[in-house]
Amino acid sequence: MIMQSATDRIVVIGAGHAASEFAGALRAGGFSAPVLMLGEEAHLPYQRPPLSKAFLSGEAPLAALELKSAAAYEKMGVEVRTGARVTAIDRRARRIELEHGGYEYYGKLVLATGGRARPLAVHGLEDVRKPANLHYLRTVADAGPVRELLRPGSRLVIIGGGYVGLEVASVARKRGLEVTVLEALPRLLARVTAAEISAFYERIHHDAGVAIRTRAAVRRIETGPSGATVVAVHTQDEVIAADLVLAGVGQIPNVELAERCGLAVDNGVVVDQHSRSSDPDIFAIGDCSNHPSALYRRRLRLESVPNALGQARAAAATLCGSPRAYDAVPWFWSDQYDLKLQMVGLSQGHDRVVTRGKLGERSFITFYLEAGRIIAADAVNRPKDFLAAKRLVGELAQIAPESLADESRPLQSALCMVN
Amino acid sequence: MPKIVFIEHDGEQREVQAEAGRSVMQAAVENAVPGIVADCSGSCSCGTCHGFIDPAWLAKIPAAGGAESAMLEGLLELQPNSRLTCQITVTEDIDGMVVRLPKSQF
Repeated sequence: MIMQSATDRIVVIGAGHAASEFAGALRAGGFSAPVLMLGEEAHLPYQRPPLSKAFLSGEAPLAALELKSAAAYEKMGVEVRTGARVTAIDRRARRIELEHGGYEYYGKLVLATGGRARPLAVHGLEDVRKPANLHYLRTVADAGPVRELLRPGSRLVIIGGGYVGLEVASVARKRGLEVTVLEALPRLLARVTAAEISAFYERIHHDAGVAIRTRAAVRRIETGPSGATVVAVHTQDEVIAADLVLAGVGQIPNVELAERCGLAVDNGVVVDQHSRSSDPDIFAIGDCSNHPSALYRRRLRLESVPNALGQARAAAATLCGSPRAYDAVPWFWSDQYDLKLQMVGLSQGHDRVVTRGKLGERSFITFYLEAGRIIAADAVNRPKDFLAAKRLVGELAQIAPESLADESRPLQSALCMVN
Repeated sequence: MPKIVFIEHDGEQREVQAEAGRSVMQAAVENAVPGIVADCSGSCSCGTCHGFIDPAWLAKIPAAGGAESAMLEGLLELQPNSRLTCQITVTEDIDGMVVRLPKSQF
């Protein structure tokens, strides 16, 4: 009855890191059927991490961030449609519905829908449109206006002491703004790093002139008479005047389409090691998905570029007929001031922390151990040790803490002991 | 458009057209060169776009910066002509550049 449904076309919902990598990996793997990528944003897939770093500081224009050029997609026979919002998935008819009308039929469907910035839920923001000077940072459309507003002397209040907030603080201080960071928890980066690392970054930002407030939950956003702009942010103890407010309070995975069509969703679209969802014809990759980790023996939803790329490659490999289970070690990075922070593994559950190098010298690596095994590491200005740590965490290596801390013994030699 | 020749570890050769202003890594990714992984998409954070630059072209590109040099130190197959291709900008000067790729990027 529905002739078009007999298609071998792959439709990808989303046009970020995962989608772009998936398309490239499909073609590299010899897959020749048509591919249609649908992105809500107005742009071709671009690098997101620089939005709070080099793009925000003005060092990297948008064109430099494009993952692949328009010509490259054309050459590989991948149609990228921007400004295209999908409103529903009809699994029985094997088609998706577009906001501006029309359907697209699929043979296989890939959800690469990513996530969105978590909106602030505080007193003062009900019943009003988002004030013009309150910003989030997820897309180029978010970051562009913020970049223009980073003017010397402006008072910037950042809500949330996570990576995004601290990276913006770093760029803004360099631009000469007055910056206050408000973190509700007792320390910065509380969910992701050890107390030592949090204290280190708190000191770095303090020395750079950022006012850091921990245990400072936002009580109220005070807007001007018309409600159009924020004039101050209230915590329990303070009222902080603001010209510009940036909220970096986490991400919400975009799983609504998956939920509404009945796919298994549990903190992300539930997938297997091949990025396949509970419907064998639908895959989910990147920030929106939740995959099993053999390394950590639990399910994970990661907000990470390398994870998005790895899951994309796993989905493409399956569709190309040479499935490879995805079980890469999670890793992340953050650039603030002159510090390159590279993190590998997940530290939850650690019972011991060992640091190699000195925090005061701004070059060190901290290992997280659980029952004697290295489960994670955070490296600051230590790329060489980070790369070694990536291999150690992949093996959940057992190395005597004294050896890890001993700078006279290269980490590479520890690796030899493992292998 | 400058062309760049990528030679995989197994000897397979791919000549690609590269757009000036983009990076050598991007040229590889846009042309599905399998030996370049680029796990961080170009942020000089992963060390998986490692290539050995043919010495004839090495002098025509700016030397590695501090961040790149620090990453390079951790690579397993480090050679004097090792570079991270995400840190090399394509220009007309590098037309014909030959980049050999390591056995593994990990």
